[in-house]
Parts: sequence; structure tokens; C-alpha cells
Amino acid sequence: MSARIQTWMWAAQRLSAIVLAIAVLVHLGTIIYAVQGGLSGTEIVARVAGNGSWLAFYVVFVAAVAIHAPIGLRAVLIEMTPLPARAVDVVVTVALVSIAWTGWSAAFGLYGLGVS
Amino acid sequence: MEKTLDVSIWRGKDDGAYVSYAVPVRESQTILDVVTYVQRRLDATLAYRFACRVGMCGSCAMTVNGRPRWTCRTHASRVVEDGRLRIGPLDNLPRIKDLAVDMAPFFDKWAAAGGQFQGDTTRTDDFANVQPDSTQRQHAEKGIECIGCGVCYAACDVVRWKPDYLGPAALNRAWTLHNDERDTGKDERLRAVAGDAGCHACHSHQSCTEHCPKHLNPTEGIAGLKRATLLAALKGRL
Repeated sequence: MSARIQTWMWAAQRLSAIVLAIAVLVHLGTIIYAVQGGLSGTEIVARVAGNGSWLAFYVVFVAAVAIHAPIGLRAVLIEMTPLPARAVDVVVTVALVSIAWTGWSAAFGLYGLGVS
Repeated sequence: MEKTLDVSIWRGKDDGAYVSYAVPVRESQTILDVVTYVQRRLDATLAYRFACRVGMCGSCAMTVNGRPRWTCRTHASRVVEDGRLRIGPLDNLPRIKDLAVDMAPFFDKWAAAGGQFQGDTTRTDDFANVQPDSTQRQHAEKGIECIGCGVCYAACDVVRWKPDYLGPAALNRAWTLHNDERDTGKDERLRAVAGDAGCHACHSHQSCTEHCPKHLNPTEGIAGLKRATLLAALKGRL
């Protein structure tokens, strides 16, 4: 892979790591706070469905994961498996699309429950 | 009775084995002294490499009790464990025979990382006036005492996992040249060190820094190269 792409990937992973450091804390903190007294699926939907701030947070969170994890996975696959570079890039692309697709689907799906 | 060390030394190439020797303990004895004793008194067929014996040439590095070390400046008393020494060739390099490894891949990577100085002056020009306290010179200062012993390369996990990786010494050399204000090949060098096998592959485990006998910090230099490549990419020069 070219020096330019490699460098941008490194920068993307560092920047996404900064976003994740904050987002994971907010995510876990909110979960711990919210489930103190037990929380049902209905209550979760009631809180997040149609909530624009919640949607914006998770759109950014998912984007950061979709950028960060595949770049890390790429390094692991190159170093730990005999997969050729092209196969590694295919796996990494599939991982990126899968994470983004499933994450955003969930976020938009829950948000959509409150918009009618 | 004379006190001896139980010394196991790797004999052969890849399919060799450790062979034990009894070596008399001497005052201020180095690992190189131990190996030399074996070669001169016990088995003249033992192959190993050394030159200066004073920590300048970087040719006598070996694996001693599991750690890569410069053997001419390592006292046996400091690293011996229960009277035993286990001495093998450096990791991550092709073995030639016994304790001698082929250093060619190591130095080929120096060349691949743009390790040559590129200048645009001639002998008729004045000397360059480099300020000793300038930031660039200070960066270069931290890395220029490398003796090319290969200890960092043998200690590097990334080299072990990804044999194409340029390695700490080659990248440290690139970093010192990047901070040499007389050098004119900086962009070309940054392109050479930013590829798949370059500085971005470093995990910052710091094994190189931990093991470097000259107490250099290649990890810091590699981090500097990462920032320099990003700056060059932002300026469209990569």
C-alpha cells in the first residue's frame, strides 16, 4: 500500500481512537447509569426513539468504530496470518462495511421507532 | 577447585543444538571473553563475530540468557543465572553458523529506509553552520550514536511477526537524517519509510529502547517519523 494511504490510515486510526476514548466512556457511563433500577426494551425505546442527540452520538460512535477496528484488524491479519495482502484488504473492507451497516442500521432503526 | 560457568552455546545453523562447555570464572569477564575462551581453548570450530571489543563496532551482539546483548560490554557476572549462561545467535536474522548471523537483511533495510545522506554541496563550499541547540539537531543528537549492532532488530516483535518491517535501527537512521538540516532527500526518505513495512507498522512496544546498549530511543524517533509523514501528507509532499 502506498506511503500516502498508509499515513492517512495511521492518522485516521489515531483520530478515531480519540473519538472512541470519549464515546466509549459516554456509552458505558450511560448504560451503567440507566440500568441501575433495571431497564426493559420498551423503556429503552421510549428514551432513545426519535431522540436526535442520541442518534447523532451513535452515528459518530459507529463511524469511529468502523474506521478504527478494521485498520487494527488489518495489522493483526498481516502480522499473524499468512493471508496475502489483497485478501487482507478484502477482509478489512468487509469488516468496515459490516460494522458501519449493522451499527447505523441499529441506530437509525431505534431512532425511527419514534418518528412517525 | 576452580569455579566454572556452565555455558550452553548454540552450535550449527537452523537445525543445530545447544552444547555445554565449562568455562573458568574470571574477574571482569565479559560474555565475549567467555565465547573466546571456548573458541581458543575448547573448540576451535566455534564461529562467532567480533572486532573492536570496546563497544564501538557493533559486531559481537548475541542472545544471552534469552536477551539480545552486546557481548563485549556485558559482564558475565551481571547476566549469569544460577551459574549458567545460554548463548545463541541473534533472533530475526538468518543464521550462518553457530553464533554468526547474516547481517545483510539488516543493512539492506537501512538502504531501503533511505539511510544514505543526500547533499547538494561540494568540498569547495563552506562548512554548514548547524546550531547545536536547534530542535532538529537535538532530535538528531539523540539517535546518532547507533553502532548498528542489530540488538534492537533482534528484540523487535514487529520484525518477528512481519519480516518485511524495516526495523528500529533503519528507522532511527532515517529519523536522524530527516533532522539533518544539510540533507536534501527528506521527502524521498519519508516516502521510503511510510509504506506498509515502515514506521506506521511500529506498535511502540519499546523493546528496541529497552534493549539498546547505547541507550538510544528508536521508538521516539519512529514516532517522530510518523508525525513527519503526516505533515508531509498534509502538505501533499508524500
